[in-house]
Amino acid sequence: MSRDLLAKKRNFHWDSIFKITATCAGAFVLLIIVLIFGQLMSDSWLIWEKEGLAFVTGDRWNPVEGREAFGALPYIAGTLVTSLIALCIAVPLSIGIAMFLSEIAPTRIREPISFVVELLAAVPSIIYGLWGLFTFRIVFKDWFESPTHEALGEHIFLFRDAPFGLDILTASVVLAIMIIPTISAVSREILLAVPAIQREAAYMLGATKWEVFRMSVLPYAKSGLIGASILGLGRAVGETMAVTMLIGNAVGPKAFPFGFFQQGNSLASIIANEFNEASPVSMYFPALIGLGLILLFVSLGINVCAHLIIRRVTNAHEGGIKGF
Amino acid sequence: MEMNALDVLNAMKNDEQPSTKRNEPEKEIPNNMTGDGKYKVLIENLAVAYNGKKAIKNINMKIPDKAVTALIGPSGCGKTTLLRTINRMHDLTKGAEVTGKIIIDGENVYDSYINPILQRRKIGMVFQKPNPFPTMSIWDNVAAGLKLNGVKDKSILNEIIEDSLKMAYLWDEVKDELKKPAVALSGGQQQRLCIARALAIQPEVLLMDEPASALDPIATQKIEQTIIELKKHYTIIIVTHNMQQALRVSDRTGFMYLGDLVEYDKTEKIFKNPEKELTANYVQGRFG
Ligand SMILES: Nc1ncnc2c1ncn2[C@@H]1O[C@H](COP(=O)(O)OP(=O)(O)OP(=O)(O)O)[C@@H](O)[C@H]1O
Ligand SMILES: [Mg+2]
Repeated sequence: MSRDLLAKKRNFHWDSIFKITATCAGAFVLLIIVLIFGQLMSDSWLIWEKEGLAFVTGDRWNPVEGREAFGALPYIAGTLVTSLIALCIAVPLSIGIAMFLSEIAPTRIREPISFVVELLAAVPSIIYGLWGLFTFRIVFKDWFESPTHEALGEHIFLFRDAPFGLDILTASVVLAIMIIPTISAVSREILLAVPAIQREAAYMLGATKWEVFRMSVLPYAKSGLIGASILGLGRAVGETMAVTMLIGNAVGPKAFPFGFFQQGNSLASIIANEFNEASPVSMYFPALIGLGLILLFVSLGINVCAHLIIRRVTNAHEGGIKGF
Repeated sequence: MEMNALDVLNAMKNDEQPSTKRNEPEKEIPNNMTGDGKYKVLIENLAVAYNGKKAIKNINMKIPDKAVTALIGPSGCGKTTLLRTINRMHDLTKGAEVTGKIIIDGENVYDSYINPILQRRKIGMVFQKPNPFPTMSIWDNVAAGLKLNGVKDKSILNEIIEDSLKMAYLWDEVKDELKKPAVALSGGQQQRLCIARALAIQPEVLLMDEPASALDPIATQKIEQTIIELKKHYTIIIVTHNMQQALRVSDRTGFMYLGDLVEYDKTEKIFKNPEKELTANYVQGRFG
């Protein structure tokens, strides 16, 4: 009797509703990706038809009708190089900031600084771009680029070009500044999520703060920190405004990034710069959309790599925060 | 009223004087020392509050050297809290505030000139929940403390690791797979690994918070043998919910209740003939 009553009280409707809603949401995400992909594909169809894979590997860029030539390689390289330089600068600094906030800073300081870091993550990229264009590049050129060029320019080809302020390195450094808040905010959360008993295990053995970080915190948080860095990389790859304003916007073979002080270009910034001029009936327009398609693939590729790296790191020891 | 309070104070002083004069145990602690009869750890007027809320209040205890002292009491009475004061683990807990003294070898570990890091190297701890370093192998887990202390010689490390694992009764189960990740072990094996890790640094004082709670009867028995073996060299403080275990391994037992040390005496006395009714009720399982 009472069992029947209990069974009747259970209501399975909500479960079905939940399942249907969740499935719809999942399908919606897939649909959007397919739509975007389809649109980019159809709009860029002409360029693939004409150039084929040479569009990806070519380095010439000439939109003048009759003499058209389009190659994406310098911009693919520009995107990857600026993003990677930015990542190399941003990751150690961000993890340092996160480490300070989670391990060293007293609560009194931790809260305001964390707040400021999160605030920085919310600053629109055009603001970073303006600051980079009007202030940073000048200071950076006078205090870093020119002295470095004078000292090393003759010996190391990476520093060969006379610095002008609008170049690969300036864009990369501003990119780094832009992704530092994101990476540090996420990393801080990851470090704070390391259970206290993990830290205590090391403290118990008489470890110093740094040793605790090295022995307990870092291995535990490793995959999460990689995830945070990839998040930053994703932002850097797609970043448009600030890069366009600072990278120098070279086109053609000379945009290929061979030196820090050279004018370059990236996939996102060449699209932003030129799509105003492209007429939809020429080859120019499909070429720019083709660059967009490549950018989409680069982003997807980074995400896939991220997943593979995180899986390798977590599988290696089964511990730590799985996935991200 | 004032006279009254003063009288009480004087009475207390007079009470204390004869027993403390020649560095002898306090009145309520009979002189039944094991080992060489010295005290290793003196706990004086110790209190801990979490965010202003008292978890233990005014605890006074003299922990004998080369002996086992057990802490018993119902869940939440403050056993872990008391244990963690001894190696200053509360330094790391937000909102925890410790007052009073812990005197080890004549030095108050809470004195400002004491470096808690050096202090902790002399004190081993086994936590209530097993917490091996998840990314390290079994070997590395046990070696961790030694490496921190600058032991680099592989053969010395191997030797100490083997000894420690044997004392923790884990050696036979893991000797062929020391490179296996520690998290691949079962819960009870992880607990014994943590015991081995604490033993490897050869601590003067060993703090064990329910070290056998995740172990089967055979492993428990072996760990108890180890504890009895270890007390020849070390001072051991063990928290346990198992009355039989306290009776088997300890020389002294402290019974805690709601943050107070209700009674602290020779283990036999606590279990056979306690002074306080509360203690009697608890050890006979009439509450808890
Ligand atoms: N980190 C903390 N923050 C706030 N309160 C705490 C904290 N740790 C313990 N307490 C409180 O202090 C009291 C004593 O806790 P403690 O862990 O010392 O008990 P215990 O005797 O070890 O219990 P058990 O036998 O269940 O392990 C409890 O009321 C608990 O809620
Ligand atoms: Mg406890």
